[in-house]
Amino acid sequence: MIPQGWLRRGLIWLPFLWLALFFLLPLLVVAGIGFAESADTIPPYAALITRTSAGLESQATLDNYRELARSCLLAYGNSLGLAAFAAALCLLIGYPIAFAISRAPGFWRQLLLFFVVLPFWTSFLIRVYAWIAILQPSGLLNRLLLAAGLIDAPLPLLYNGFAVELGLVYSYLPFMILPLYGSLARLDESLVEAAADLGARPWRVFVQVILPLTVPGIAAGCLLVFIPAVGEFVIPDLLGGPSTVMVGKLLWQEFFDNVDWPVAAAMAVALVVVLTLPLLLAQRFVDPGNGPQGPSVRGEGEPA
Amino acid sequence: MTGRRITAFRLTALVLGFGFLYLPIAVLVAYSFNGSRLVTVWGGFSTRWYAALIDNGKFGAAALTSLEIGVMAATIALVLGTCAGFAMSRFRRFRGRALLGFMLMAPLVVPEVIFGLSLLLLFVAMQTWTGWPASRGIATVTIAHATFGACFVAVLVRAQLAGFDRSLEEAALDLGARPWTVLWRITLPGISPALVSGWLLAFTLSLDDLVVASFVSGPSATTLPMAVYSSVRIGVTPEINALATVFLAVVFIMVALAARLIARQERRRLAAGS
Repeated sequence: MIPQGWLRRGLIWLPFLWLALFFLLPLLVVAGIGFAESADTIPPYAALITRTSAGLESQATLDNYRELARSCLLAYGNSLGLAAFAAALCLLIGYPIAFAISRAPGFWRQLLLFFVVLPFWTSFLIRVYAWIAILQPSGLLNRLLLAAGLIDAPLPLLYNGFAVELGLVYSYLPFMILPLYGSLARLDESLVEAAADLGARPWRVFVQVILPLTVPGIAAGCLLVFIPAVGEFVIPDLLGGPSTVMVGKLLWQEFFDNVDWPVAAAMAVALVVVLTLPLLLAQRFVDPGNGPQGPSVRGEGEPA
Repeated sequence: MTGRRITAFRLTALVLGFGFLYLPIAVLVAYSFNGSRLVTVWGGFSTRWYAALIDNGKFGAAALTSLEIGVMAATIALVLGTCAGFAMSRFRRFRGRALLGFMLMAPLVVPEVIFGLSLLLLFVAMQTWTGWPASRGIATVTIAHATFGACFVAVLVRAQLAGFDRSLEEAALDLGARPWTVLWRITLPGISPALVSGWLLAFTLSLDDLVVASFVSGPSATTLPMAVYSSVRIGVTPEINALATVFLAVVFIMVALAARLIARQERRRLAAGS
């Protein structure tokens, strides 16, 4: 059934207007404030255009972006590097897990998938926080290592790059496992059998048959880990130290601690620009209408 | 390499993988029953931190605020997301379709800090121009959560509509049902699994959100993640362990119930289909 008339208009315009007002317009406001000067007013930025006796005068400035280029490049580099490394580690860890799940007997497959998704439904904040108790100098891991006699003094495991990387991999691993599982479950088993029958060793079957056939899942998984990891705030804030500042954390500090809204806005714009290429790729993989990963779109659209 | 067997390699991958995913959660639950204030010392089994949690009114009030926001945001998200999913699935051509598709996809991938910051700046600018919202709190957080929740609902509704058997709708129309009746009595019940899971997903995302709420909330409204965050920043506190355990228990029960519900519907559907 194709709704017509006011029903059709309502179905389109209600979400359209809402998203335009509360998603698109805010991004434009951010882009504008990125060019404003900060001021000791409420709100703490100067108007972009002021009315003077000589007419309208523009107050726009590029100072915020100069500030970014001067002092924030490290944070952007950290974010991209840590996120890319997290995606690679998630792939290495997630692939065997996804493979094992996809080859499990029917009932187990459902149950295991359920347990991959379950952490999503629990608090992200609390799951990250749980690592503090494990990693801190007097924490579980150090005590185990000390008791086993492997180390003489507690290792500095918390508030550094290692802890942030561990937190990223731990938090985003399910995002990697699910698309990989999707690809592996759809794998045509007869191709694998044919390769084995023709004498290929298991490793060769994997590298030359299974791996190429699961490239869409690998790409989708890497994007689903990489993109949210770049803008992450909670993980670098709770587990990171001064040397592992990421963009999300720096933006938060500029906004809440320094109350420099224009610089925070400029950081947001720069982050969107940095993410644009992966975002465009993501649109191919995440959008159910276009992506090879999306659910089947048969039956979508009006009959021709 | 193939076949549905449990090999040593697969078993190892599963044990290590799930051990990694669930170890921190297990540690948290174990420590919540620790009698000692120090995380490093096991002071015997105790429920004192649960008592302390009940005595501490801060978390209770924050939990109520979060629930209120979650229910409202998920409901608005359900309405908006269902409309959007319907429009994207059933109307092949309309002005702004590509833009709507973009606006439904982008919030799924835009970093939370950007989403929160941009909405806050909008609310501040709107306050300057129009006087609304006069103060930030429950209403502004609800709007923010409803916005990204709607995008998740839309994805689920769209996927479910793609597999929906339209001959049922056509039959109802042929038998003289009005379009509104068909929508209400045939289509919406037909996609109810997506509606239920969409609402639950939007609700959970709202309950779980720290970053966006921190930006768009004001002094009048503290959500549960905001309260937890302010405690957690100081370090490990046993009360948070107890709170986390309660939270986990509630989530596990809810998810188990939802899974049973979906499984039962699936069975009924299969039974009806065969």
